[in-house]
Amino acid sequence: MSGPTLLSVEDVAVNLPTSRGNLRAVDGVTLTLGAGKTLGIVGESGCGKTMLSRAILQLLPKKAKVFGRVLFDGQDLVRLSPEALRKLRSRSLAVVFQDPMTSLNPVLTIGTQLVETLQRHLELDAGPARKRGAELLAAVGIPAPEQRLSQYPHQLSGGMRQRVAIAIALSCEPKLLIADEPTTALDVTIQAQILDLLAREQRRRRMAMILITHDLGVVAGRADEVAVMYAGRVVERAPTPALFKNMQMPYTAALLAAIPKMDAAPHTPLPAIAGRPPDPTHLMQGCAFAPRCRCADGQCLREKPSLVSAELPDHHYACFHPLRINAGANT
Amino acid sequence: MMHGVPPVALHDPLLRVEDLVVEYQLSTGTIHAVSGVSLEIARGETLGLVGESGCGKSTLGRAVLQLGRAVSGRVLFDGEDLTAMQGEALRKMRQRVQLIFQDPIASLNPRRRIGDIIAEPLLIAGYKDANKRETLVSEMLSAVGLDPALVKDRLPHEFSGGQCQRICIARALVLNPEFIVCDEPVSALDVSIRAQILNLLEEMKQRFGLTLLFIAHDLAVVKAVSDRVAVMYLGRLCEVGASSELFARPAHPYTALLIEAIPVPNPDVTPPERVAVGEPPSPLAPPSGCRFRTRCPRADYRCAQEIPDLRPIRAGQAVACHHPLI
Repeated sequence: MSGPTLLSVEDVAVNLPTSRGNLRAVDGVTLTLGAGKTLGIVGESGCGKTMLSRAILQLLPKKAKVFGRVLFDGQDLVRLSPEALRKLRSRSLAVVFQDPMTSLNPVLTIGTQLVETLQRHLELDAGPARKRGAELLAAVGIPAPEQRLSQYPHQLSGGMRQRVAIAIALSCEPKLLIADEPTTALDVTIQAQILDLLAREQRRRRMAMILITHDLGVVAGRADEVAVMYAGRVVERAPTPALFKNMQMPYTAALLAAIPKMDAAPHTPLPAIAGRPPDPTHLMQGCAFAPRCRCADGQCLREKPSLVSAELPDHHYACFHPLRINAGANT
Repeated sequence: MMHGVPPVALHDPLLRVEDLVVEYQLSTGTIHAVSGVSLEIARGETLGLVGESGCGKSTLGRAVLQLGRAVSGRVLFDGEDLTAMQGEALRKMRQRVQLIFQDPIASLNPRRRIGDIIAEPLLIAGYKDANKRETLVSEMLSAVGLDPALVKDRLPHEFSGGQCQRICIARALVLNPEFIVCDEPVSALDVSIRAQILNLLEEMKQRFGLTLLFIAHDLAVVKAVSDRVAVMYLGRLCEVGASSELFARPAHPYTALLIEAIPVPNPDVTPPERVAVGEPPSPLAPPSGCRFRTRCPRADYRCAQEIPDLRPIRAGQAVACHHPLI
């Protein structure tokens, strides 16, 4: 990836002790993200995409164990002191969560929550902080920002709440914004507006972004690179155009095929993926997707494929039987 | 204005909704959830109903089944007016109509065994023979792709979301209904599971000769299963048409906006710069005239004054707009 590396995730694993045994939420993930770039992380529920983002932010549950390194701007976040982490999170790292209703405090006004962030992290006085807060609300497309400052989250629609959450996240000019399913709770027209807003602010601020989603459609037009996760591992990673044109991993292809297409005729049966994702408390040999995969053979059930690159240096996949769709078309 | 006459008249409709109005009274005013909706669903047809949250699509689906009564209007099911029915007559009629909900886990009682959950409609309908009930439950579980022997004695929490939705479908089908309202049946499910459930619904529809009202906010999902689609905005229908036609040539600016806003899983398709403006207004105080006018690029003075009627624009397609796109 071109440009200086801002974030480098090296062999990160997350273990969560549960009553049913040890849950391996993230299983050896390696990723890099350049300054100002967008990485899309795609996967179904339980694939570990949110846990990976929490590991980057060091916002994991207390019981969780993290292995590996998360290098952000040259510092290893896994080994940073809580105080240094807090400083870093306030100035350089920001996050927008899926549900704006639960990520905003329901008993504080929008103004209090936004101005508090500005006062604490940018050390502004109350007056200038409030002015800056109103400017930020205007920047994220909230009409009548001065009045909104004195409103509570429940007085706003879901889309407006998510705009407020984005304003708070952007307030301290972060270098990296992690957007964890930022539009999943929103309607499709509002989703388009929020994704546009994120893209615009990202360009304007030259901020890097990790866009986590279960929808391949969301990352297609908006991420520079995409990582597809399955059962805690990255199973395919490539620049976005290469991934869509030249999918190697059968899971990625199956996931794309399972999405109903607008140009298909009504009542066309969907190529569904049989079965369901494996139980993450149950350690399995071999490729985690093998029981559901049409290409799987004995080797897939015995050995775990590692992430390799073949034709193109930027295109990585973890599969013994890559699909080689249009192989050579991009070379 | 042709009150109560659906603009696309069908030969032999199983369901006919005439000028249905549903309102909720709050201390702060009246929520106009459904404001004069008329539509028909033919026997064996799937009608998709799309719209953003709060547009009244679920309220409409429930009002059809008389779960929440309409303020005015009629719902004719197989020629009989459900809105005029009460008590025993309505209960008998309800065996012919069923509902599948969005959240499959929340719609199953966590303390009851799967076998009992599916047998309950049979008990209510008066199936007294326990062996008969047992057989019907097993048959239905097999039909939705679950092994009765492995499933019957277990509790809902032992199943995934997709499996719970299969159980919900089995429960809805066990009385052999004719008509099912599917209210966002796949929006809580992952992509790979969603395709399984959509395929199952299609298979069940064929096998049991069902007629479906399929409510969803995802246009691609609706298109995949529907013969015809109705687009709803803030309590009113904007457009009704055959699903392939409607998506190829939308006549209502709102339909066009919804189609544009769908993220396409293809990096060569650049997302349009400005797909949508603003948010739906509150159903407590809907705009005068056309309810979509506050977000519509084509709106003018007339749109604020006159409520557009749903009128035929092409064979099988009707639109409620003063300035349609075609």
